[in-house]
Amino acid sequence: MFGFILRRLGLLIPTFIGVSLVAFFFIRLLPGDPVLLMAGERGISPARYAELMSRFGFDLPLWRQFLSYFNSLLHGDFGTSISTKKPIFTEFFTLFPATLELSFCAVIFAVVLGVPAGVIAAVKRNSWFDHTAMATALVGYSMPIFWWALLLIIVFSGMLGWTPVSGRISLTFFFPKVTGFMLIDSLLSGKAGAFRSAASHLILPTIVLGTIPLAVIARQTRSAMLEVLGEDYIRTAKAKGLSPFRVVAVHALRNALIPVITTIGLQIGVLMAGAILTETIFSWPGIGKWMVDSIFRRDYPAVQGGLVLIALIVMAVNLVVDMLYGLVNPKIRHQR
Amino acid sequence: MKTMSRLLAATMFVAGLAGAAHAKTFVYCSEGSPEGFDPAPYAAGTTFDASSKPVYNRLAEFERGTTNVIPGLAESWDISEDGTVYTFHLRKGVKFHTTEYFTPTRDFNADDVIFSFQRQNDKNDPWYSYAGGTWEYWNGMDMPNLVKSIEKVDDYTVKMTLTAANAPMLANLAMDFASILSKEYADKLAAEGKQSDLNQLPVGTGPFQFVAYEKDAVIRYQAFGDYWRGKQKIDDLVFAITPDASVRAQKLKAGECQLMPYPNPADVQAMQSDDSIQLMSQAGLNIGYLAYNVLAKPFDDVRVRKALNMAINKKAIIDAVFQGTGQAAKNPIPPTMWSYNDKVQDDPYDPEAAKKLLAEAGVKDLSMKVWAMPVSRPYNPNARRMAELIQADFAAVGVKVEIVSYEWAEYLKRSQDKERDGAVLMGWTGDNGDPDNFLAVLLGCAGVGGSNRANWCNEEFNNLVVKASKVSDVAERTKLYEDAQVVFKREAPWATIAHSTTYVPMSKAVIDYKVDPLGSYRFDGVDLAE
Repeated sequence: MFGFILRRLGLLIPTFIGVSLVAFFFIRLLPGDPVLLMAGERGISPARYAELMSRFGFDLPLWRQFLSYFNSLLHGDFGTSISTKKPIFTEFFTLFPATLELSFCAVIFAVVLGVPAGVIAAVKRNSWFDHTAMATALVGYSMPIFWWALLLIIVFSGMLGWTPVSGRISLTFFFPKVTGFMLIDSLLSGKAGAFRSAASHLILPTIVLGTIPLAVIARQTRSAMLEVLGEDYIRTAKAKGLSPFRVVAVHALRNALIPVITTIGLQIGVLMAGAILTETIFSWPGIGKWMVDSIFRRDYPAVQGGLVLIALIVMAVNLVVDMLYGLVNPKIRHQR
Repeated sequence: MKTMSRLLAATMFVAGLAGAAHAKTFVYCSEGSPEGFDPAPYAAGTTFDASSKPVYNRLAEFERGTTNVIPGLAESWDISEDGTVYTFHLRKGVKFHTTEYFTPTRDFNADDVIFSFQRQNDKNDPWYSYAGGTWEYWNGMDMPNLVKSIEKVDDYTVKMTLTAANAPMLANLAMDFASILSKEYADKLAAEGKQSDLNQLPVGTGPFQFVAYEKDAVIRYQAFGDYWRGKQKIDDLVFAITPDASVRAQKLKAGECQLMPYPNPADVQAMQSDDSIQLMSQAGLNIGYLAYNVLAKPFDDVRVRKALNMAINKKAIIDAVFQGTGQAAKNPIPPTMWSYNDKVQDDPYDPEAAKKLLAEAGVKDLSMKVWAMPVSRPYNPNARRMAELIQADFAAVGVKVEIVSYEWAEYLKRSQDKERDGAVLMGWTGDNGDPDNFLAVLLGCAGVGGSNRANWCNEEFNNLVVKASKVSDVAERTKLYEDAQVVFKREAPWATIAHSTTYVPMSKAVIDYKVDPLGSYRFDGVDLAE
């Protein structure tokens, strides 16, 4: 197991270099630059333009800019945002807990509903439940996030008044951040109703962000289960006279979970992409919204620093998934 | 320890909220996050709404709901005969905010004024580089070339000497970048090595003092008890940052906020019939236009430009692009601006006359490019659609149009090129309510190859505008600008298309809000019904 982890860690180094290269060049491939965008319709004199470009170091040859950026990265310095003038690292980790909290809830929502739905659909293949569940999954997967979010807001917040429209907690609550996770901070604040308010603000964004992963997980679980249920050892287990529940829950599900775990790991990337829209609509102060703003402003340091940090996090998650995978499936551990 | 003291302060703040039984909290669903809380390094209205408007004052200020310049931190001023020396007499007894992070020991004085301007003007000032040295508007308004010196005469007198007479200067000094910060606070931060706090934890003299900012989520202010114009009627001001316009509308309906900016044009109609919402509107201080390149053939011929202007059906554009929330433009300045010349006759929509005029100019089978901006702006919510309508209008008079577009920054750059091929859709939102800010910036000879995208340098027009910037008598300036508009219309370097209408939806409980013609959102003087 130790060797397995080492091999996986070793893979992270080239990935990290690759990601920093891509992040650096990606934002510079986009036409336009931050100084021109700041000047807007007014325009800017060539002298002032040159002055500002050199102030930000954008007048240097690209390779020198890259080397100095990469060197700073290796020293743990992710740069300073051009627009807010704050360190990227601070900006990122001020906002990241909000994204993490939302993504975590979305994954839980997707797994808790998706895995059982997939299992039941597989066991009761071709039943009305199977058809309904899979049709719903297809709809969920194809639904534009923007539209889905607005629909939920209009119905549940506007018409029924059950949930708040947007934000993380009611504005009447004001307490200092301790962990950055609103559910935890609201409990720590000791204020009556704070936790309830934070939880109610999470409902709609969780559903919206969790919908696509839910659909994917349900479909993946179903197909993995169907495959496993056709195996000889399942027939043997049934023949032994085990209860159907035991056959499904212990013998079939455990093996079917391997591809499902992979899928869940892959959904982390999907969540990051979904977070951009979800956070914008629900005024959720996370990194998705921040990345979009930075791209629009051509805030080079923020975009490249943010991308590298996101990539590091996704890599870490994938490492954990790989390890889990190894735990569930001994065959993988021993692969050379 | 810091966390502890913040915790304590926050507890006290909330306890205070609970204690004051009828604390009035005004929630504004703002559209975005401020870049910082020092307005001078920035150019975005969102940043100004959250910084200069609530927290700071300026020497001269815009009267609420108008573009009139009234005394602010300067009680009065004298202007020398030749218009180059401004002497400001500062108000006495003005207090800076006392906050959790700063307790002032003295009142506002001339040192604060010198500090606030010098840091933007003097490259050797220790504060010049603290926020990247961008100083957007100080440079954008050409202050480095206009201002020769700023001196302290005594504690309550400041003398500003200009390089040449410049009538719009007072309006410039009422702009956000000219907000007055506390030098005492800055010195304290410098001594502690915490310069960046000047941009994060603001201290000013304004109607509201800063309490807390949770990035991308909430900004909290409270009314400043010692405000020199008197304490505000609302106790707490909260900005709930809500980027999506439809969501802002839902929050307003649900009572989660009392006022929102920038509604979707499509939502405005529904709001008009909603009993819980009052909708205020005002003509925006902006212009959307199509600038020909008068240096390129055949657009150097005024007849061609006039003919094309007559081919454009503005009413159809207002309906389709602005969904009714705009008005057709005939002058390069909006009708709410002083010196607007209402006697100017617009080129009529007359495709037949346009065809004739083109034939007279000897132009046959003309093909041209029309540039469509890739972004939505109040003066042009959908440039692509507008370009398509113009394309159809021009086709009707036998002119073939190819629509081109570039990414925004690229568009801004390429559209300034003197060799540019084609007419460009552009627009402008006023900065300071002075006609000079439109006419000189967008159509003056100095702007050719820059913000003058028609590359139009007309001696008669330019002389009028330059002269108007040098005299301080408003009646005389008005006359000069009115004449300039006549020249503009005769020479037609642009097709003037539209001025947008700003709609501000708010709860019925909001009392005495005034829509700002300069497009900002400010809450001094506002009240809430019980």
